[in-house]
Amino acid sequence: MIPWSDIFHSSWPKIAQILAVLAIFFGFYAIAFAAGARVKGKKQNGLALSLFLAPAIILALTGLGIPAIQTFMESFKNADSSKWVGLTNYTRAVKDPDIRLAFYNTTAWVAICPVVVTSLGLTLATMLNKMKREAFAKALIFMPMAISFVGGSLIWNMMYQYEEPNMPQRGLVGQVMRSLGIPLQHLLLWHPWNNLFLMVVYVWGFTGFAMVILSAAIKGIPTDIEEAAQLDGATGFRLFRTITVPMVKTTIIVVLTTAMVGTLKLFDVIHTMTGGNFKTDVLSNRMVDENFVYLNYGRGASLAVLIFLGVLPITYYNIRSLRAERKHS
Amino acid sequence: MATKTLKRNVGVAHSPRPFTSPIASAIVTVVAVLWTIPTFGLVVTSFRKKEDISSSGWWSAFTNPHFTLDNFRAVLSTGSGEVGTQGMLPFAINSLAITIPAVVLSVGFGLMAAYALAWIPFRGSDHVFYGLFALQGVPLQLSLLPLLTFFATGVKLFGHTIIPPLHIVGTIASVWLPHAMFGMPLVIYLLHNFVSTLPKELMEAARVDGANHFEVFRRIVLPLSLPAVASIAIFQFLWIWNDLLVALVFAGGTDDVAPLTLHLANLGGSLGSHWENVAPAALISIIIPLIVFFSLQRYFVRGLLAGSVKS
Repeated sequence: MIPWSDIFHSSWPKIAQILAVLAIFFGFYAIAFAAGARVKGKKQNGLALSLFLAPAIILALTGLGIPAIQTFMESFKNADSSKWVGLTNYTRAVKDPDIRLAFYNTTAWVAICPVVVTSLGLTLATMLNKMKREAFAKALIFMPMAISFVGGSLIWNMMYQYEEPNMPQRGLVGQVMRSLGIPLQHLLLWHPWNNLFLMVVYVWGFTGFAMVILSAAIKGIPTDIEEAAQLDGATGFRLFRTITVPMVKTTIIVVLTTAMVGTLKLFDVIHTMTGGNFKTDVLSNRMVDENFVYLNYGRGASLAVLIFLGVLPITYYNIRSLRAERKHS
Repeated sequence: MATKTLKRNVGVAHSPRPFTSPIASAIVTVVAVLWTIPTFGLVVTSFRKKEDISSSGWWSAFTNPHFTLDNFRAVLSTGSGEVGTQGMLPFAINSLAITIPAVVLSVGFGLMAAYALAWIPFRGSDHVFYGLFALQGVPLQLSLLPLLTFFATGVKLFGHTIIPPLHIVGTIASVWLPHAMFGMPLVIYLLHNFVSTLPKELMEAARVDGANHFEVFRRIVLPLSLPAVASIAIFQFLWIWNDLLVALVFAGGTDDVAPLTLHLANLGGSLGSHWENVAPAALISIIIPLIVFFSLQRYFVRGLLAGSVKS
């Protein structure tokens, strides 16, 4: 039976802590707002800024800004960060066959997944547009978004489960392969295809996101443009290619870059399904292993910096388009 | 009237939308079914008997239906739970204790910062905004270890102590605080998108009436932003609830503060093919996000859109 009283005893401090955090946060700001409302004149802006903006900036800087600088410096130090070693971590990373493999795999993830997810999402969004029961189909495809990648990985582990050919199959994929007459495989051990099977989990989890966002963009296309094209005789694929794609180009780029950043950082799927074994390691998982398994902080830091360098062009591009947008408005 | 007829005629003559055809419906149906089957298999598996699970696939439950709640009883009471003999519930409470403070703090501070950046003019406002936006580009991976060290020993930059140690290592605060920090840039960006589109006349009218920033925020901005706040809070909730990496780094050492995802990942590793434990555990861990998602789906989708589609 469920030991309710034990659970209560171990968890009341945590529940009390949730309440305390909420009480402090709302209590402090209730007082601050009451006091701030009385302040008039020039002091007001400064007070408002320090109460409104400062906490957010402090949190963002201590959580992301300063640590990023520290990691950058760590990456030029040795395993326990006691000595400067120059570029050694990076040159070692280039030479180490395991890290090179993780690098290649990450490249494959970034090259394949975003394109698959975006094109699949775009196709679905276009097809679903104005279809009967659109919302229902969308909800089903979008549902994996609510499931953690850990949960998704376990679900797909069960799908991929390998049983001997003469045994009853427990994994659905094995069952389908057998009924199609395809020789059974240990799918997660079968290099290099196992990388693709892991990518399936990501595609399953993320396509709904791409579809929903692209669908909203497609619905935003002015109907007169579409009607004009139709009067000119554009239908089906031509309408898709000449009107839909150019009109939602910005959104396509947003989805593509979001997926790129996501795959560059993706960790959960690899960690849960293979632990980086069977030649499926990626930079993000390897980085955690360097830090917590091999206890080599310098090298872990250098891998984090490599991931950062991968994200950097996308960040740069986003800031540029953000500035352009702000100037327009 | 004329255009209406014309439209209808066009609709008859051509297919009115690209790909709207029986083939398209068939493809969409196939994808929707394919996308649902894995989760459906998990649900069926977690209600099957242990012997059945280990000897046949979940689809045989249709020809040979024997269902039971024993698996749930096992993971909720003892069995695979690792905190003493208390099963999975303590981990679910940890997940809540991590998610709720992190969501409230990031969205609360984020909304105030978004207002400040959009409506309080000050020198360097644009630079602060771009700077925060740029921090979005810093992968979590870059911050994990220094932040962990900071919680233990404070912040030292170039040999100077900037912030003293916080003494929260091993407590649940050491898990929600990083989440609140990491969420900041995205939350501010999304809420700024919304807050900056509030009607200028409304703000100015209130200012003319003598309201200061605190009053404007409380009386105008907060009520008007509630839908946006709700959608972003849901988004943050799912993101934090489903996270594994931050949990592993900041709560990896102790079961006492580990959330469901971390517990689940460990179960998957240690119990591997003991599906009678893993399947119901996985189902329990995804039930809360699924409820949140299905009941608040409209807000959630709107929240996602706020960031990516210009209205």
